[in-house]
Amino acid sequence: MAEFTLPKNSVLTEGKTFKAPADAKNIRRFEVYRWDPDSGENPRVDSYELDMDDCGPMVLDAILKIKNDIDSTLTFRRSCREGVCGSCAMNVNGKNTLACTKAIDSYPDTIKIYPLPHMSVVKDLVPDMTHFYAQYASIKPWIATQTPAPADTERLQSKEDRAKLDGLYECVLCACCSTSCPSYWWNSERYLGPAVLLQAYRWLADSRDENTGARLDELEDPFKLYRCHTIMNCTDTCPKGLNPAKAIAETKKLLVKRQ
Amino acid sequence: MGWGFLTYTTGNFMAANSNRPTSPHLQIYQLPLTGMISISHRITGVMLSVGLLFVVYILSAVSGGTSSYGQMQAMLGNWLVTLMYWGFVYALFFHLCHGVRHLFWDAGHSFDKETLDYYAKIELGAALALTFIALIFI
Repeated sequence: MAEFTLPKNSVLTEGKTFKAPADAKNIRRFEVYRWDPDSGENPRVDSYELDMDDCGPMVLDAILKIKNDIDSTLTFRRSCREGVCGSCAMNVNGKNTLACTKAIDSYPDTIKIYPLPHMSVVKDLVPDMTHFYAQYASIKPWIATQTPAPADTERLQSKEDRAKLDGLYECVLCACCSTSCPSYWWNSERYLGPAVLLQAYRWLADSRDENTGARLDELEDPFKLYRCHTIMNCTDTCPKGLNPAKAIAETKKLLVKRQ
Repeated sequence: MGWGFLTYTTGNFMAANSNRPTSPHLQIYQLPLTGMISISHRITGVMLSVGLLFVVYILSAVSGGTSSYGQMQAMLGNWLVTLMYWGFVYALFFHLCHGVRHLFWDAGHSFDKETLDYYAKIELGAALALTFIALIFI
């Protein structure tokens, strides 16, 4: 059964405020979710006032500035700072996005930063991705073939068939879409969620893969696939501009077609 | 590798970290228009089912003869009941319009991110228009 409120140990409390330096002219306020696993306390929201004249343009730059100059205990994931690794996925002002590709100036006022929604928090902005990755592994995200490999070439693909993977292969598995989905919030233990279903479709759409039947058998399940109710939060929030909802609809169509 | 693997992994990690908080979800998420329409579709579905009981009451009042018919008419004259009645009609058309949207989605159409809000507004507008048309004819 879906729980619409937060459990007792997850209810937010008010945190500390870190004021901007006195000579700062261009100030922005950042409210950041904090949870320290060693403190035994509930999560809190700390506020940081940053001097924007001394800060990079992206949300990730602001978070790095906080960690470097103000509060080194702030914990988050980041790596590529250009939207290809998917590490810095978080909830910024109510929508999931990659902090590195989101400009601070795209928001009007205070910026509120939370971890990806409805996840088990390891520390601060770091959610536990174990379950998400296990679900990804469960769809066997690799090519499966029945025919023997060609003797002297790779398995070739026409340009048209290759084009069918556009809009699918770009996914960086940041989990922004899955954790934006209310259906995934309430049923993540059985529903695969938009990110993993988009990946599942990526292998259904691949002309070189010869395991389509078995893949569809696996997906034909009231929970794994059909908990998608076309809420469209996934497509709305994807920081790479992909369309998981459409991939899911195409999968449903394949299942109807083969009946 | 089946689902046993999954249960094993998550089972283990849950036991080791039972103190971990759940990150905020409904509390902080800004639902897009399609998301709001989706939850409204569910809520109106439930409300319409309850409203049908009232429709049954009206029908039984009609078949019950002059006095029960008069009672029902007096009740329908109340402004609050009238408001609820038209709310019911709007909910009905809204539910219908979003149902049609689902048919398009099921056929694989109208998924483009840029057009999501546009079609959502058409749905809401069409439901309103249908309600007004019903107002004129009833």
